[in-house]
Amino acid sequence: MIEAAIWVILIPLICGLAAFAIGGRTSRLLGLIGAGLTTIAAFLLVAEVWVNGVWEYSLGGWEAPLGISLRADGLSTFMIAMTAVVGLGISLYAVRYFALTPGPSPDPSAPLRTGAGRGEKSQATWLPSESYWPLWMLLWASLNALFLSSDIFNLYVGLELLTLASVALIILERERASIIAGLRYLLAAFLGSMAYLLGVALLYAEAGVLDLQLLADAELTGTAVQVAGGLMAVGLLLKAALFPMHFWLPAAHSSAPAPVSAALSALVVKAAFYLLIRLWFEVFEPASSIAVEQVIGVLGATAIILGSFQAIRQARLKMMIAYSTVAQVGYLFVMIPLAGSFGDPQDVWRFEAWTGGLYHALSHGFAKASMFLAAGVILSSLGHDRVWNLAGSAARFPVIYLSFGIAGMSLMGLPPSAGFVGKWLMLTSAVESAQWWWAVILLVGGLLTAGYVAIVLSQALQRDVEIDREPDPIPRIMTLSVFGLAVLSMLLGLRAAEPLEFLEIGAPFQTLITTVEE
Amino acid sequence: MDWGFWLPQIMLFSSLIPALVIFLLRDEQFWPRTILNLSASGLKLILAGFMAWGVLAEGRTYEASLPFLHDQELLLRVEPLSLMLVGLSSILWFITTIYAIGYLENSPHRTRFFGFFSLCVTATIGIALAGNLITFLIFYEMLSVVTYPLVVHRGTPEALAAGRTYLLYTLGGGVLLLIGIIWLQVLAGPVEFVAGGTIQFLADDHQASLIVIFALLIAGLGVKAAIVPLHRWLPEAMIAPAPVSALLHAVAVVKAGAYGIVRVVYDVYGLELSRDLGVLIPLALIASFTIIYGSVRALTEFDLKRRLAYSTVSQVSYIALGTALIGPAATVGATVHLIHQGVMKITLFFCAGVFAEARHIHDIREMSGVGRSMPLTMSAFTLGAFGMIGVPPLAGFVSKWHLGIGSLESDQPWVIAILITSSILNSAYFLPIVYKGWFGEPHEDIEGVEAERFQIREAPWSLLGPSLTTAGVSLLAGLLAAWIYSPLSLAEIVANQRIFLP
Amino acid sequence: MSLFLIYALAAVGLFAICLHAIITRSHLLRKILALNMMGSSVFLLLIAIAYRNSVEETADPVPHAMVLTGIVVAVSATAFALALARRYHAETGETELSDGDGST
Repeated sequence: MIEAAIWVILIPLICGLAAFAIGGRTSRLLGLIGAGLTTIAAFLLVAEVWVNGVWEYSLGGWEAPLGISLRADGLSTFMIAMTAVVGLGISLYAVRYFALTPGPSPDPSAPLRTGAGRGEKSQATWLPSESYWPLWMLLWASLNALFLSSDIFNLYVGLELLTLASVALIILERERASIIAGLRYLLAAFLGSMAYLLGVALLYAEAGVLDLQLLADAELTGTAVQVAGGLMAVGLLLKAALFPMHFWLPAAHSSAPAPVSAALSALVVKAAFYLLIRLWFEVFEPASSIAVEQVIGVLGATAIILGSFQAIRQARLKMMIAYSTVAQVGYLFVMIPLAGSFGDPQDVWRFEAWTGGLYHALSHGFAKASMFLAAGVILSSLGHDRVWNLAGSAARFPVIYLSFGIAGMSLMGLPPSAGFVGKWLMLTSAVESAQWWWAVILLVGGLLTAGYVAIVLSQALQRDVEIDREPDPIPRIMTLSVFGLAVLSMLLGLRAAEPLEFLEIGAPFQTLITTVEE
Repeated sequence: MDWGFWLPQIMLFSSLIPALVIFLLRDEQFWPRTILNLSASGLKLILAGFMAWGVLAEGRTYEASLPFLHDQELLLRVEPLSLMLVGLSSILWFITTIYAIGYLENSPHRTRFFGFFSLCVTATIGIALAGNLITFLIFYEMLSVVTYPLVVHRGTPEALAAGRTYLLYTLGGGVLLLIGIIWLQVLAGPVEFVAGGTIQFLADDHQASLIVIFALLIAGLGVKAAIVPLHRWLPEAMIAPAPVSALLHAVAVVKAGAYGIVRVVYDVYGLELSRDLGVLIPLALIASFTIIYGSVRALTEFDLKRRLAYSTVSQVSYIALGTALIGPAATVGATVHLIHQGVMKITLFFCAGVFAEARHIHDIREMSGVGRSMPLTMSAFTLGAFGMIGVPPLAGFVSKWHLGIGSLESDQPWVIAILITSSILNSAYFLPIVYKGWFGEPHEDIEGVEAERFQIREAPWSLLGPSLTTAGVSLLAGLLAAWIYSPLSLAEIVANQRIFLP
Repeated sequence: MSLFLIYALAAVGLFAICLHAIITRSHLLRKILALNMMGSSVFLLLIAIAYRNSVEETADPVPHAMVLTGIVVAVSATAFALALARRYHAETGETELSDGDGST
């Protein structure tokens, strides 16, 4: 019997390939089966890591440094579990989403679907609802592969696969706006990959190994390592869309179909973030410096402030949510100066900041997925997503807006949401380490988030006015998946003790448990 | 079954679960919603009574501790002080539910209203039961959020504007509270509420930090307690339907702020440390200023609900004032006013809602002679107003009496002057209404038909009953102050646990 | 060693030229070509590293494996980018990403 960790990669891969080979309506069924089985496998893996600790596996029985190994510690499994639950929610939503009458293009100036070029007729026979499932399964498989890989070159391959699948999903509906956004995203992401790959080559030249564990044990320092680290970091920051490298994100995330937007914002951005965190705190820790970390933090802070202001200014709901992602990504990177070399290795607050940032990533995953899916409902039912024309729509889909509000609470970091836990930990760390400026940023960011969430809600709660047309009814499963994801982002805030303890498994810090035991 | 562990949780779930179920109902499903509402609030009332009996007569404590973060836990604990707010919210939730069912019978979005209404009560109960700072913070912030849809319930531009102001103030206050709590916990570790305070050991090394933290906490709580200059959201929020105003003013929001101040002063810092840090006198001064300012502003308002709102600004600060004075009587006065102010103010808001609903009276100048056609409502209003002024033997008198004695005990006689001035101002803005209501000439413009002017036309019982009940309670709270389950007896127990001998 | 340095410097120089091209050239084809060549420059570096790390006339096999995998990835990525660019051209008749915020 192959272990659960292998299955979380194999199941979506097999289902995706089968869906591609068979095509047609069967692809949906295969996608759903894949989603369900992958989620089960992910939770089997969680149980295994919870009981037995860090899990390692060498492909083909070849040990590192020659072979390629997979490794599941608390952090990897945490990300896989998040991907599984969010992915399941998105899959359930997508079942009916593509069956709805395709809503008008988000960009009304571009009525498309007609202009397929010469010799490309065969492409047009694939409906979005059919090509979605193989690509989505491929995306899921590459996410899980990325989280499990313990080899920096293998991670590069994972990143590239992720990019290809993401771009293909963005242009699913072949709208003009999404093709432009997808192309821009593709170029930016490939550039990032190339920077990362050059870093890999330099690191290999220096260390002679590719395995993360061996690299971490080598305690590398020196200029060459710093250059390699810098290249890899820039490449990943570009993919994670940290300010000022976020230019590609709003268009790409907002012009995609709702289930794709949700997956991109909630999961794909997190993959680049995950990899950066791993490299930063495990491999490049000795080569890093306070100054660099503060600069990353400043970029994060700028992203929080500017991203939130941009979100407040947006006239379209999906654009607003996309800019909100830009801002929320900023939060994730404020973690770096807090958990970085500002403190001594034994300082507990470094670990608190690290878990806080990851918990924030988790909360953002659930909340943002819920928000984008909610926006998808609103867009396809009302026929538009103009923020200032939402008046009275809360009465038409109350549960959708309730979910939007709950998800908004999580983004704001209001208790009792998962976002609060992340914010609490990061704030505690900022106060404990006397880095007050980050505390101020985190708090102001929360208020700005409240600003754009409140704009949407107050528009929607307005007394009914005439609307363009009677909205189409929404399938129940879509409402439920939007609501379920929002509620989960809340429940994870009410009981955070276990997930936080889980993150300690194999964490690159002196953990709280060891501190208490001492 | 371990009652001590489960009872506090059941207390929360008894309104949380109905709220979630209500959200699934449609607006037209009147009976399922009403039965659910009434049975849930009835259940909560019974549970509250059971807890009161257990704590007061049997001397039990109910405590539920759930893991939350690695070093933090959610702690729900029933003790006399929490019992006061639990009792108040359970009783008033029940009464307000009846009132709201009558009030909103045909208006839109009832599902939304009652759902958030129940969530609001859940948050208040959570605040009451919170046994440590982080639990308190969680429910305090939850309250800010779940009241927003109630404030903007009408969906008019004014309501939305009021909602914006409300969110801005409460979220801003929440930020101050959050940073204060985090700072304190970084210094002291997880802070539990223990009568007499728990952080005295920091006094020597962190005096300046403790003062700043105190200011942050009070500022954060002061937003909800509507302490000047953080009070502006409260009169704005008057745009909400009457049951919401009633609940916001009497039980949920302002009381959460005042209760938080009581907790911080008595159970986190402790009176002795607060005195040594020199933070009590500034608190007393701000509270006194708020008392006078609120009353003066109330005089200038002619919209009935806005006048009541400024009256709340003034009255709630009695609690902060009593907290800032050192002496058993002041503590009794502060804590008992938590309940008394709630019962009296909810009566006044119920009546204001009845006038608005039955006679379309919003301005006090239109109230002339309304007592002749609505004698029962006007009686309830009068009882509430007299209570606010502090006429014996009503509830308000009991509070003010203790505050007065407390000010002497703590050598702050100037507070007496504040109390007297405030009472005079209270009379000045309440008595004319009462007088005109009973003895003024009925307005023809309002009533229209001449012949009906003296006919008795009360509001339906679903509105009148709750108003009369709370008026009666405020009378009984004064008359039966010596009974062991009376608010005063409870406040004395609370004070005995917290007062130290200087 | 010096031979390694020549190759390594050539690789880095090529990488820099391609980066310059991606940023300054607006024609999509040029951008895609530049990205492709960027990959080649890294492969060049990897081969040089394999040469440097060789033990007794046998080159280090790991970089070779990386290059082979990398070429497969680069081919598919380039193909995909070209297909997308063609589609874009078919839709709009443009060969440059002109409108929108930001630039690539």
